[in-house]
Amino acid sequence: MSGSALPSFDPSDPLGLDELLSDEDLAVRDTVRRWAADRVLPRIAEWYERGELPGIRELARELGALGALGMSLTGYGCAGASAVQYGLACLELEAADSGIRSLVSVQGSLAMYAIHRFGSEEQKQEWLPRMAAGEVIGCFGLTEPDHGSDPAGMTTYAKRDGTDWVLTGRKMWITNGSVAGVAVVWARTDDGIRGFVVPTDAPGFSAPEIRHKWSLRASVTSELVMDDVRLPADAVLPEVTGLRGPLSCLSHARYGIVWGSMGAARSCFEAALDYAKSREQFGRPIGAFQLTQAKLADMAVELHKGILLAHHLGRRMDAGRLRPEQVSFGKLNNVREAIEICRTARTILGANGISLEYPVMRHATNLESVLTYEGTVEMHQLVLGKALTSLDAFR
Amino acid sequence: MSLRIVVAVKYVPDATGDRHFAEDLTTDRDAVDGLLSELDEYAVEQALQIAEEADDAEITVLTVGPEDAKDALRKALSMGADQAVHVEDDALHGTDALGTSLVLAKAIEHTGYDLVVCGMASTDGTMGVLPAMLAERLGVPQVTLLSEVKVEDGKVTGRRDGDAASEQLEAQLPAVVSVTDQSGEARYPSFKGIMAAKKKKVESLDLSDLGIEEDEVGLAGAWTKVDSAAERPARTAGTIVTDEGEGGKQLAAFLAEQKFI
Repeated sequence: MSGSALPSFDPSDPLGLDELLSDEDLAVRDTVRRWAADRVLPRIAEWYERGELPGIRELARELGALGALGMSLTGYGCAGASAVQYGLACLELEAADSGIRSLVSVQGSLAMYAIHRFGSEEQKQEWLPRMAAGEVIGCFGLTEPDHGSDPAGMTTYAKRDGTDWVLTGRKMWITNGSVAGVAVVWARTDDGIRGFVVPTDAPGFSAPEIRHKWSLRASVTSELVMDDVRLPADAVLPEVTGLRGPLSCLSHARYGIVWGSMGAARSCFEAALDYAKSREQFGRPIGAFQLTQAKLADMAVELHKGILLAHHLGRRMDAGRLRPEQVSFGKLNNVREAIEICRTARTILGANGISLEYPVMRHATNLESVLTYEGTVEMHQLVLGKALTSLDAFR
Repeated sequence: MSLRIVVAVKYVPDATGDRHFAEDLTTDRDAVDGLLSELDEYAVEQALQIAEEADDAEITVLTVGPEDAKDALRKALSMGADQAVHVEDDALHGTDALGTSLVLAKAIEHTGYDLVVCGMASTDGTMGVLPAMLAERLGVPQVTLLSEVKVEDGKVTGRRDGDAASEQLEAQLPAVVSVTDQSGEARYPSFKGIMAAKKKKVESLDLSDLGIEEDEVGLAGAWTKVDSAAERPARTAGTIVTDEGEGGKQLAAFLAEQKFI
């Protein structure tokens, strides 16, 4: 084989992974990348510093117009995109900020996915088209103040009263909660854990915002307080009973995080590479020093391995062959590596690494949440440990 | 009857890439990725808005260019255009603006049209002469450099913003218009649009389909010729104004000289 026939080395795609993508995949990626560059990047540092996402409703409508909300679902105004395309969108959104990706993950993979998969036809018709358009924001209530990794212990309870349900309890760390028009809330009933579609204007429902976060500052995080919220019989998601319901939604959302985390990592890597080539110390660019090059090489290796892993899982999901343990594998690896890449990038940027003028510290602090939410690193290790040994270490 | 809109677009080298000339002083298309000229996105956007206002309209997006120029058409189809026409012929290599206007005019006549919409200029050549040439070739009115455009009652109307005045212009259809980058942000292709685009018709034509002789186009048929091209030298250090009481005036004079104010 002649050397001249080899494609040139692309520092932004050293493994040539773009060749795995179709023209449509690339078009989806370019659209999201451009939207994020136009609409998020110019203002994200300000939002982050203020700890607000002031234009969230407008952003949601714009994401809806793109087709990014519930994008891999079919019908009801959803785009019907592939899992790989959904993943690419997550990566591009998180390259802007994990908070924006979280908005989309929770809307599409948790709230909409739950209704789409387990809802009645009436529930789907009522909520999905408006959620796909970004007119209604959704949230997903599973975690409670005292029940995180072990949701089976939840205390939120839905009591039958005639044909009605009466819902009481608290949910914690709920993305989109305070701006949501609809909440999918999981509660204990006399017949096991059930999901409820709760309009957030229902009497007794409130969603105070959680302040004082040092991570995901450009994201709305809330508590859901349900105090005798009376719901009609048809508020329950009819098609599922038990934890299988929320866990399958989480598996879908985690899949998006496998891709998304690599977006945050890419953003930090790019910042570090750029900085290493332009910042001079001891009379030359710091990128010329072996210690910096070792960092850059290791970052690039983990970044693109992670993207390759995400792509592999995406193809399995599109083929209907993706197991939850494989999602755990991906989430465990990619978020852990992403945060390591961001921390290493921080060291390359020196003091500038802590400034909001660069994306690095913002991504690194965001990933502290991503490392924990939708299954902590430790839970994914336990899931894999159990799958490998057939010995259950946590139940 | 349906309003037939043709949007003439160009596939240009990505300005963020490392752009060079080839040995024959034409654009080196191998060295850098191409895309739909950003200024043409405004034309597609205005065509889409006109079509949305009309009861019945059909948008054909047209380009003259190499095989990869299909990417530009695909982008416009993803944004919402209905069909595309791609004129591709090896003999077109090196065609200048005059030759391109001939090919576009023939292709537009082949497709049929009521309104032709162009961008204000390409982002690579930036000549901005094509809309006028096209109108001349087609023998129809031209209303160029519009920052606002509307079609009503068989007429196209629009506003052209100059340095000193804004003109309100009008022409009977059929007509050629060009729109500026002030005409309104181009929409992002939606994911549904992207999926739908691959099912839309892209008609491929060559010179013989359009009845054009090879010697009318290409490098040999070009009326303009690039004699030489040189990389622009690196930027030199700027002017330093030392304030000795007149600094403000000197800065204002500099800005005025550069036409910033």
